[in-house]
Amino acid sequence: MAGDTHAPAAAGATQQTGQQGTRKEAATRALADVPRVPGAKKPDPVLVADGVVRRFGGLTAVSVDHVEIQRGAITALIGPNGAGKTTFFNLLTGFDRPDEGKWSFDGTDLARVPAHKVARRGMVRTFQLTKALSRLTVLQNMLLGASGQKGESLLRAAFAGIWRSQEKANTERAMELLGRFKLDKKADDFAGSLSGGQRKLLEMARALMSDPQVVMLDEPMAGVNPALTQSLLGHVKDLREQGMTVLFVEHDMDMVRDISDWVVVMAQGKVVAEGPPDSVMADPAVIEAYLGGHHDVSLADEAAAAELEKEIEAEVEAEIAQDDAKDGHAR
Amino acid sequence: MDISILNNALAAAIGLDTVIYALAALGLNIQFGYAGLLNFGQAAFVAIGSYGIATIVSIAGLPFVVGILVGLAGSVVFALLLGIPTLRLRADYLAIATIAASEVVRLLARSNSLGAYTGGSNGLSGFAEGFYDLNPFPQGTYGFGPFAANERNTWILLVGWLLVALVALATWAIMRSPWGRVLKGIREDEDAVRALGKNVYAYKMQALVLGGLVGTLGGFVFSLGRAAVQPDNYATAFTFFTYTVLLLGGAARVLGPVVGAAIFWVVLSLTDGVLRGAIQEGWIPAALMSSSQVGQVRFMLVGLALMLLMIYRPQGIFGDRRELALDGR
Repeated sequence: MAGDTHAPAAAGATQQTGQQGTRKEAATRALADVPRVPGAKKPDPVLVADGVVRRFGGLTAVSVDHVEIQRGAITALIGPNGAGKTTFFNLLTGFDRPDEGKWSFDGTDLARVPAHKVARRGMVRTFQLTKALSRLTVLQNMLLGASGQKGESLLRAAFAGIWRSQEKANTERAMELLGRFKLDKKADDFAGSLSGGQRKLLEMARALMSDPQVVMLDEPMAGVNPALTQSLLGHVKDLREQGMTVLFVEHDMDMVRDISDWVVVMAQGKVVAEGPPDSVMADPAVIEAYLGGHHDVSLADEAAAAELEKEIEAEVEAEIAQDDAKDGHAR
Repeated sequence: MDISILNNALAAAIGLDTVIYALAALGLNIQFGYAGLLNFGQAAFVAIGSYGIATIVSIAGLPFVVGILVGLAGSVVFALLLGIPTLRLRADYLAIATIAASEVVRLLARSNSLGAYTGGSNGLSGFAEGFYDLNPFPQGTYGFGPFAANERNTWILLVGWLLVALVALATWAIMRSPWGRVLKGIREDEDAVRALGKNVYAYKMQALVLGGLVGTLGGFVFSLGRAAVQPDNYATAFTFFTYTVLLLGGAARVLGPVVGAAIFWVVLSLTDGVLRGAIQEGWIPAALMSSSQVGQVRFMLVGLALMLLMIYRPQGIFGDRRELALDGR
């Protein structure tokens, strides 16, 4: 009996890994010839952003000249704290408005489109601080994710006959997704009673209810118990296998190396590097963005520190001279 | 002390005040209980219903059905005026705007310059006959024991409780639907709901209008039941009592507001009767409290009861304690 029930699952798993190979390989192959420079053109971009600028008072939080996200691939958006990753995310998904710039999703202009319409067009997101709707059950959370519900119009809400069959179909789909994320036993519990990792899973599952084309995950690993990390990674890879495009912000470098096909690095609001994970992590621009230009000098060593100080002064002076020259040129 | 104290308390359970506050709180429940909208101006929605009938009938001389339509239309316009500028902002802006707007409505009704339409601080009366002309009950006493009432009261209470039943039924029907689910989602976290493709602004507006309309129904019962309107009945205290009623019964529960209103008025009537009786019998020395102070003391006791409720049963009578346990996270 036990063998019987396990057999199909195992078959499914092998089929999936087989597929995974092809999708992952396809993404790697498609990106193989893309130059490793910021703003590189991709063979089949699903999301294209141009000149996106967001300022908060005097601070320019985001200033992205050009970036393209390859369809069907997992793209990681990394960068040190304050690099503008989450702000860029908020802009792309309509949760914030840019001062300048435009971007298109699947060929249609998406700049200044309100957040709920962005989601309806097939680009859904999750949040850095998980937004499980605590006092709704896990199942209700899932059902909220379904799109095009007839019963969500006030005029039809009172007449259960109109929406009952759709609700039933949505519930089946929700239970199937919950099963995949191993939350089906929790379906009737309040979402607020889940652990941090389970909430991340729920948020991801809920986003999938609308069959999105692009899934944007803001720090999917933040606050997740290490025991759940592997399963969460598996689910993110699974999204690519189902033909979805994934764009995610993450600090965990192991995760980035493990699952992403392409990495975009942001620092001080700009895209400073792009490329496959291994080449990006070896890029001096990235190391400098994260650790600063002189990360290999110990300040405890006084002689070395004094030398470093001179070096920096020289650098700054050179920079000022360069700026002056530029200004003079402009005049 | 006699049995009349109990009789009065029982009568209060189904009395006019209970109906008015039940309707006001049913409306507030849609806004605050389900959608999380901090409407601190429910008194104004009630006032718009009351003055809709009073002004249209006694000043314009039109039939009271027109007054009802004007009251409902006015309530929708008022909700839109409040909602359009504030519902895109953080929740507290709605609270500030509604409490101010509600005082503006009351002060306008009270003002000399609009006195020709609203009767100023004296209010209006003599507009309810059109409603009582429809009374199917011939003259006499109806009901039994503490629930006996004359034909006029029987008629208004019957209509009032029918409205309460209809509104409660409608609330149940829409809150179990996907529409109600979106509303509850917005209460929990509106950004999450927005990220799932729902037009949060439109839902909040619908909840504000709908809750306001239900409050306006309470206003109709208020003015017709009393056969008079007086602007100071619609002060902010009305809104705060409505919140008390809602929290007593349990927010986001269909029958919470109805039971909350009954308890609120029974407790007020009971404490009033008991305190007055005790003073009469000399059990409470005159130095401690005179019978003219009873009116204030009973509200203190209601406040005390509310505090005890918040300590021992913070979810209200009908609430689910499991839900509250989640708030701390």
